[in-house]
Amino acid sequence: MKAVKSARSRQLPYTVLAVVFLAIMLFPVYWMVNTSLQPGPSAVNATFIPLHPSFAAYSQAISDQLGNMKTSLLVALGTVIVTLVIATPAAYGLAKFKLPFTGAVMLALLISQMIPGIVIANSLYTVYVKLGLLNSIPGLVLADSSSAIPFAILILRAFMQSIPPSLVEAARVDGAGHWRAFWSIVVPVSRNSIITAALFSFLFAWSDFVFALTMTTSNTFRPLSLGIYNYLGSNVQSWAPVMATATLAALPAIILLVFAQRYISAGALSGAVK
Amino acid sequence: MALSVSKVARNVPPAETRAGRGPKRRWWPDRVTQLLFVLPAVVYLCLFFGYPLVKNVIMSFQNYTTSTFFTGYAPWVGFANYVSVFKNSLFQTTVINTVLFTVGSIAGQFVIGMALALFFKRRFPLNGILRSLLLLPWLLPLIASSSIWKWMLDQDSGVLNQTLLFFHVIASPVPWLSSPNVALASVIMVNIWLGIPFNATLLYSGLQGVPEELYEAASLDGATGWKAFRYITWPTLRPVVSVVLVLGVVYTLKVLDIILGLTGGGPANATQTLATNSYQQSFVQFSFGTGAAISNILVATSLAFALVYLRLNRRAIDE
Repeated sequence: MKAVKSARSRQLPYTVLAVVFLAIMLFPVYWMVNTSLQPGPSAVNATFIPLHPSFAAYSQAISDQLGNMKTSLLVALGTVIVTLVIATPAAYGLAKFKLPFTGAVMLALLISQMIPGIVIANSLYTVYVKLGLLNSIPGLVLADSSSAIPFAILILRAFMQSIPPSLVEAARVDGAGHWRAFWSIVVPVSRNSIITAALFSFLFAWSDFVFALTMTTSNTFRPLSLGIYNYLGSNVQSWAPVMATATLAALPAIILLVFAQRYISAGALSGAVK
Repeated sequence: MALSVSKVARNVPPAETRAGRGPKRRWWPDRVTQLLFVLPAVVYLCLFFGYPLVKNVIMSFQNYTTSTFFTGYAPWVGFANYVSVFKNSLFQTTVINTVLFTVGSIAGQFVIGMALALFFKRRFPLNGILRSLLLLPWLLPLIASSSIWKWMLDQDSGVLNQTLLFFHVIASPVPWLSSPNVALASVIMVNIWLGIPFNATLLYSGLQGVPEELYEAASLDGATGWKAFRYITWPTLRPVVSVVLVLGVVYTLKVLDIILGLTGGGPANATQTLATNSYQQSFVQFSFGTGAAISNILVATSLAFALVYLRLNRRAIDE
């Protein structure tokens, strides 16, 4: 008992040091929230602690950005759906079916994650002009899926490879086709990695800037990231609403990190990352 | 249909063992069903990666103007776009900036990420929670992070200058983002901040793979601290290190959000990189041919590093 206690007290300085590191790393996030709560519009004389917290900046941010937030939310949810519908069966097929071109597809997926978004945007723009997909939710959903789908396939496949073949065989022997077996066995078993894939797809699309910037041309249709960018483009006079908007944009990431931490850590460690 | 498929399936060994039977692979109707699982993803990859890459090569030989999108007229100009890119004095600046930005960002991210990974390898209370909170900068929308830093680095009222002035570290406010001499360093600093979680997380998971017995054996021989790192940690970790570094290069080459948000490529093109320049040629100047030419240079560079990554990865797996 005494030994445990002394080990604890020897370890404690490391915890303190870790908290200091973390405080430095997360200071910008704190400063964002702090500024967003400052009462004055200019936030120039920001105090280190919001002594007189005010939500004025938030009401301005929401009145400026509510439409943009809706757009971002719809695009992000659409991206999650498209990504899961395309990536989940593909991941299963690539994990278990021994198809002749599996290696080539895996290679293409790895490489696709390395292609800069601006390169895709450059030629996609000309296609979107022709198809009328600029300034549209489907257009952004399809473009944003380009970062989500390869990532989702890679983490889903990594998990599905570990599903014991006997599990699926049992269903197949009972007369279930591939789709039935997939839907009633593979999907429920893979629940956790599907959630991870969904969360990251949401974050990718919610955070997307490159496609938001290039695939929209109107002042009325804008995702939230572009709303922030437009604040920055002009000479910023009052930072409080900008920081309030940034806080709102950061909210999904913060919520997910707090409440869905195990899924996020799983995704972060899967090696293939943004 | 389902019945006939299942009949076939019952007579055939499961997929796992069937492929092992060698080259005599028959084309069951079953196989068609299997292909349908993967088909949508393959079609998507072709449309959103294959086609744009090919289209970019074609576009780089054409002359696009603002009117092209109304008339559809983009005449063939051969290598003129590439010639104009290479001749432009800006190209040299962007290449130098891209190299400095990439090398500076990765050096900083890697060293700090490694230090944090080694630190978190120790056991102490709250280790897990603190380590996962460290991921936050990596999960935030990049443009939100850019806006925070633009505010913190504000010359007159940003918190960094205010603090440094208060402690008399500097005599006058530093023009972090508005001076051509400082802007690139500031942008690199922000990108280092963003990349630390990624590096620390991957290196930390790599460190978990270093067997504890090695350290115990080494400590008997007197190798602790730096020596243990030099002779045990580093050699064992090397495959992970290579992968982290190469991925770092590829992801840093892509960076657009941070630079556009912080400086827009300015002042005086001091932070203009291949990625931002490609964006500006296409989407600001509407010279999509030139933008495509720069894009292709960017892709070629990324793919060169991607090949290195794939070779390293394969070697890491083989080992």
